[in-house]
Amino acid sequence: MKTNEIANENADQNPDRARIARFARRKQINRIALTLSLAAMLFGMFWLAWILWETLRLGLGSLSMAMLTQSTPPPNEPLGEGGLANAIMGSLLMVALATFVGAPIGILSGVYLAEYDPRGKLAMIIRFVNDLLLSAPSIIIGLFVYAVMVVRFKAFSGWAGAVALALIVIPVVIRTTENMLMLIPAGLREAAYALGAPKWKVITRITLTAARAGVLTGILLAVARISGETAPLLFTALNNQFWNFGLDGPTANLPVTILQFAMSPYENWQQLAWGGVFLITMAVLGLNILARVLSRKK
Amino acid sequence: MTTMNAMNAMNATNDDPQQETALPIKIAVRDLNFYYGKFLALKQISLDIPEHCVTAFIGPSGCGKSTLLRTFNRMYELYPEQRATGSITLDGENLLASTQDIALIRARIGMVFQKPTPFPMSIFDNIAFGVKLFENLSRIDMEERVEWALKKAALWDEVKDKLPQSGASLSGGQQQRLCIARGVAIKPEVLLLDEPCSALDPISTARIEELIAEIKKDYTVIIVTHNMQQAARCSDYTAYMYLGELMEFGETEQMFLKPVRQETEDYITGRFG
Repeated sequence: MKTNEIANENADQNPDRARIARFARRKQINRIALTLSLAAMLFGMFWLAWILWETLRLGLGSLSMAMLTQSTPPPNEPLGEGGLANAIMGSLLMVALATFVGAPIGILSGVYLAEYDPRGKLAMIIRFVNDLLLSAPSIIIGLFVYAVMVVRFKAFSGWAGAVALALIVIPVVIRTTENMLMLIPAGLREAAYALGAPKWKVITRITLTAARAGVLTGILLAVARISGETAPLLFTALNNQFWNFGLDGPTANLPVTILQFAMSPYENWQQLAWGGVFLITMAVLGLNILARVLSRKK
Repeated sequence: MTTMNAMNAMNATNDDPQQETALPIKIAVRDLNFYYGKFLALKQISLDIPEHCVTAFIGPSGCGKSTLLRTFNRMYELYPEQRATGSITLDGENLLASTQDIALIRARIGMVFQKPTPFPMSIFDNIAFGVKLFENLSRIDMEERVEWALKKAALWDEVKDKLPQSGASLSGGQQQRLCIARGVAIKPEVLLLDEPCSALDPISTARIEELIAEIKKDYTVIIVTHNMQQAARCSDYTAYMYLGELMEFGETEQMFLKPVRQETEDYITGRFG
């Protein structure tokens, strides 16, 4: 009886003190966790900022009208002679072609996965294969296109480059389209069906429209990804020092030009490589910002 | 079409006095079983929904009232693991066995859901979308129809100056009335309301209840509700469901004043559920 009372008394006093002690400990843990995550964030940001800074510092210096208007110069020309115009042009052509081919295929496949057969066996297989493609090293895709196109037609070409880039676009767009459509609440679909709308109309007018910002963001991110891809172009488009509008034969492009020029011993080429790096970085940055703006406006 | 008494078709629990109110039957349900996969969610439901009346389905959560509502326009068909057996007859045609395109049936049986679901388009197009599916109206006729539907849903005065704006820009209550206007606009014969007021404030709720009273002249209305007062206020007939079974069905007044079964009384008076 007596021990019981004492225990009770202790229990009356202790909870308060124990609670305060625990609270202090919790705050301490919180402080440590916050410090660690801040430090991790700063560590990551530090390298990113450095990359951006170096790109700006070295790239801005070589930026000139000539870089945007003249084609790639022979080695050891004086600085400021020649530019990247043919490489920019080739890159734009191939990226645009890859996007126009890859994005519709990706969107349609995503629609199939999300709207027609979300839980089916075929969808499971497609999803699995798509995940493989999504994480496949891009050099494998380059070698694949080399084997089936370049070797067969016995020529490097911009077309082969565009095909390789499209193969990278497709899985990215499939994934984002499917995810965005899955986010559309079932109620919206049901409401459209309840009015007697046919399936294709529900998909085009309701679900795809509701998810359009997300789908567009996916496409933009895919474009950002392929505009810097080097490996798939190394075996397909190769490179070219001259203009090539037709995409037949080797086609100049920024990533491979950067690779070649940066590895070269010639100062004017190295300069131009930095200029190209600067251009790609700015383009990717711009695409990402655009994607952000689009996905926020909903 | 059967014009037998609404009460007569009821299960034996209802030996009741309203024999003489011979209302035309809009929807007749017979021996309806419904399955979610292997789970039997509706057990041998039989009831008659009278035309131009408001019928309320009440019962605790999970009793199957929404499931029953969703069989009337075969909404469950969107989900392969759900199926129904038995018959649901609309004006003499068995909907469950119908070979007609389901879209045509759904055009006759409109539905409004628990959560407002404005389509990603303008207020005007939200209404016009459904109308365009089945009718080819001129621009002027379409404008008239949209105005008519919005007036029916008591929304016209609030949105008449912003028809090109997105439907999502409206408040929750306005969105729900937009969805009702959308359902009304295609001029269905039956309107299914699945807890249409559960996400709304009392003022919007009152508006929608007024609207229900107004539209029952032209439509047969079936409403699922958790709100007992709402069922009492705006329905002519009430069905009480419990665990997938229809416990009691009758005139609302009768049911609320003098329910036949003890369980019904317990639920209505709040002693259970």
